Amino acid sequence: MTDKTERKYTAEHEWLDIDGTTATIGITDFAADKLGDVVFVELPTVGATVQAGKVVGEIESTKSVGELFAPVDGTVLEANSAVVDTPELVNEDPFGAGWMIKLDVADASVFESAGLMDFDAYTALVGE
Amino acid sequence: MATTSTTPFGEFASRHIGTGPDAQASMLEVLGYDSVPALLAAAVPDSIQLKDAASVLPPAATEREALAELRVFAAHNRLHRAMIGLGYYDTVTPAVIKRNVLENPSWYTAYTPYQPEISQGRLEALINFQTMVADLTGLDIANSSMLDESTAVVEGMLLARRASKSDSTVFVVDADSFPQTKALLAHRAEAVGIELVEFSFLASADGTDTRASDDSAASHPSTEGLPDHFGIFIQYPGASGRVWDPAAAIAASHERGALAVVAADLLALTLLKSPGELGADVAVGTTQRFGVPMGFGGPHAGYMAVRSGLERQLPGRLVGVSKDADGHPAYRLTLQAREQHIRREKATSNICTAQVLLAVMAGMYAVYHGPSGLKNIAERITTATRFLADAATDGGHTIVHGNYFDTLTLETDRSADGLVQRAYDAGFLFHRLNDSVVQFSVDETTSRDELLTLAMLLGADRATLDGTSPGRTDVGGWIPEGLLRTSEYLTHPVFNTHRSETGMMRYLKYLADKDYALDRGMIPLGSCTMKLNAATEMEAVSWPEFAGLHPFAPEQDVEGYLDLIGQLESWLADVTGYDSVSLQPNAGSQGELAGLLAIRGYHRSRGDDQRTVCLIPSSAHGTNAASAVLAGMRVVVVECDALGNVDLGDLRAKIQSNANELAALMVTYPSTHGVYEQEIRAITDAVHDAGGQVYIDGANLNALLGYARFGEFGGDVSHLNLHKTFCIPHGGGGPGVGPVAAKSHLAPFLPSHPLAQRDPGHNPISAAPYGSPSILPITWAYIRMMGAEGLRDATGAAVLAANYLAARLREHYPVLYSGENGLVAHECILDLRPLTEATGVTVDDVAKRLIDYGFHAPTMSFPVPGTLMIEPTESEDLDELERFIAAMVAIRAEADAVGAGELPADDNPLHNAPHTAKSVIVGVWDHPYSRELAVYPVASLLRNKYWPPIRRVDQAWGDRNLFCACPPPEAFE
Repeated sequence: MTDKTERKYTAEHEWLDIDGTTATIGITDFAADKLGDVVFVELPTVGATVQAGKVVGEIESTKSVGELFAPVDGTVLEANSAVVDTPELVNEDPFGAGWMIKLDVADASVFESAGLMDFDAYTALVGE
Repeated sequence: MATTSTTPFGEFASRHIGTGPDAQASMLEVLGYDSVPALLAAAVPDSIQLKDAASVLPPAATEREALAELRVFAAHNRLHRAMIGLGYYDTVTPAVIKRNVLENPSWYTAYTPYQPEISQGRLEALINFQTMVADLTGLDIANSSMLDESTAVVEGMLLARRASKSDSTVFVVDADSFPQTKALLAHRAEAVGIELVEFSFLASADGTDTRASDDSAASHPSTEGLPDHFGIFIQYPGASGRVWDPAAAIAASHERGALAVVAADLLALTLLKSPGELGADVAVGTTQRFGVPMGFGGPHAGYMAVRSGLERQLPGRLVGVSKDADGHPAYRLTLQAREQHIRREKATSNICTAQVLLAVMAGMYAVYHGPSGLKNIAERITTATRFLADAATDGGHTIVHGNYFDTLTLETDRSADGLVQRAYDAGFLFHRLNDSVVQFSVDETTSRDELLTLAMLLGADRATLDGTSPGRTDVGGWIPEGLLRTSEYLTHPVFNTHRSETGMMRYLKYLADKDYALDRGMIPLGSCTMKLNAATEMEAVSWPEFAGLHPFAPEQDVEGYLDLIGQLESWLADVTGYDSVSLQPNAGSQGELAGLLAIRGYHRSRGDDQRTVCLIPSSAHGTNAASAVLAGMRVVVVECDALGNVDLGDLRAKIQSNANELAALMVTYPSTHGVYEQEIRAITDAVHDAGGQVYIDGANLNALLGYARFGEFGGDVSHLNLHKTFCIPHGGGGPGVGPVAAKSHLAPFLPSHPLAQRDPGHNPISAAPYGSPSILPITWAYIRMMGAEGLRDATGAAVLAANYLAARLREHYPVLYSGENGLVAHECILDLRPLTEATGVTVDDVAKRLIDYGFHAPTMSFPVPGTLMIEPTESEDLDELERFIAAMVAIRAEADAVGAGELPADDNPLHNAPHTAKSVIVGVWDHPYSRELAVYPVASLLRNKYWPPIRRVDQAWGDRNLFCACPPPEAFE
């Protein structure tokens, strides 16, 4: 069972599940709801280096196109091919099977300095 | 009560405007105004109202008079047999297609098929087109048309840049490509920082020029010296007519990480190896010669096809297959999130309107002829070309390229001018390349008699001629063996069934019957202006003197056209308050781009190269932002206030923070919210004070004509949509014409064309010098028959109708925005969000339920999500307005019943709409409402009912399971 309270969040409606120097990243249920039926997901290639704040992927729904931003500098360790093949996973299980990428960072301290929110702060942001 | 129309009954304006004096009087009474001018005086801000109504427009002509004048223009055009080629070829429009598509309002008055449930007919026609293009080009997926070949090449270039892994900014252009394409590429590439490098593939691998030994060297042109590049463009066959094998060039390009864009002649592809088989990533071109008249340049459907993997990069519209609520296959526009109205400045193309009517015609040409018929036409053409090559050789000319399909380039030791003149005197147009080189193209219409005349003209000896026949049918020798096509195409049954005219007529009727167009009822689409396209306006489109001219015909042959164009330009300048007009842009989006490029050119001419910021209000149509990016500008968004108007404070702040870089503001007037903004003059002044130019988007000009002029309240440049305000029919999603009009200081930067008959220049925006001239008589006739007063009356009637609907519907649905005195302009936005909140009934539900009531839905969720935007236009009569009001009121009651729990949220007439005949007849009816309520919710439907052919389409399923060609017939069983 996903524990949303353990995750970190960004203002771009992404969540991070941090484990040492790696983070699994996805979009929140709030973002998935706003997008509506997701029909296409484009993710960066494994091994690519990404920069905090830069667009690294695209999440397209029947009515909108959302962007996936890198929350921190790092290297792409994994991209979730299941979500590329079955984009509806983003709607069905945004915190689980609908994850997007895993990033490796040079030092765990970058997570501290990235201005990430905790669950309460994010909940307050989206007004739930 | 005073009557308000200045037009005597029986004149054209009274036919065009649906509401007569009595109807207008009763509508005005509801609104509390004495007259239409009084209503407009209250709605249109004082600061912009026309002080002087003087106009250069002649007084209104009757329908007969207008046609007589058009006959005079036609008589001043001269029909020679155009053999100029360069992408335009005479063709035989099958009469069954001309009468049942081009001249049939069921096809030409339809809108873009955004509502798939009422558009299955033209969606099928478009998927035929896509299948035809994909098959012939040998690529995996084709879109549903482009504006013309040259803009398709530009889109191909932009696609290559997006998709290529190369870091290069270079795009390589085949030296043997059409001159209009080269000119357009140059103009467009410069604005977005792409460097063009022209490359000749004439030299063979062993370093010799292939001219002497074309046949042997054709397969292996040298690619030595190719620079680093992200994309390459190849014309196939070449502009010179040369047929050569570009596979090696494409492979060399791929090695550098580049994409290959090939412009191919679809008819030639029935005989030649396809671009896909040669390795191309993208194929583009025109389908003009598939039964669409040349029309002095257009309109025609361009095309684009891509290999698998690039489908999500395709610009324009794409028809796909999904399923409806009952699981039946259903066509729809797919990947719509890619369109500019959602992606805005991140859009990769600004194309919206396509060339649907022409794509339908071209697709039907393939349906009617089938693969063997098309191949037969191509064989006749190429054997006739062979015959003329022999005749020319016999006459002492040199055939420059020994491999060809339909076009010969001749080197003559006599004067090229002399040969061109002799041809002209004999009734033929050749293309002069230089003092000693001439080229000409054979087409479907070239007759045996003409071939003999041409052979004599080329100097062939009659005795030699007697021994050869223009009718030979073997295609060998002049097309390299290795380039002959062996793969199949057009194998789907639709291309192999409708051979008889009876069959074709019925197929076209079967498709038209599935669709809802203006010939059935109102299409109240906000921002789309679905007004009358009068029969008289349409008359001249298919007259041979307008339809049969080549865009590069000599000036003396097209004087009638040039006079009509000149007159129309002066009229459009007059009604908009500008000095100069170019009719070249083939759609509103292209007009926007042309206008912004004019602004860019102006700033650069003054050394203000840094002025690249384009301010765009958040309420703007998404195309604005996309066009700005393609004009090399950076978009800065200006916020709107709670009333939907441009936030003046934010505008001033954005101007200040970009003062040195401010290039332009793009603003729509009346706004996309359908409101006359009071502060428009303050807005335009603020921009001018900061050194910026004001682009006024003319999408809503129909709410202003006769009451205000863009050029008088601060506009420097605008585009107009002749397919909205000026009655060119929407054609189911094109053709469009988007003229750009400007003040004199911008005039030098408006579109010109290197091959224009008058004032040639070097910044084209379309393939043809005057865009799509064959449909300009429509707009000419409309203005001629309305006169200045009629146009003013039309504006008044449109604004009256919109305000009447707003007033009558306000108590059932809140009207989101209104201006001074609580009035809207020519359209109104109904806010459905409170209803959705209260009842769960969505915009989609209401839109689809309107189909059951016999209406096309209004515009959904533009410009504000969760709303419907309604534009009745001046052409609808009061009965139709009342029928619409009754439907909306009844739907509100249905929604309230759902909200009150009388009907379940997931099983009610709104949720289940639209209802097909099958859904209420076949099987057990187990819904908590009656079958009668489902399909006959109001009594008037008993005598006039439109039956949607499918139920609600599953949008997400279609986007996730992309399938964009004709499905096998079993799918429908």
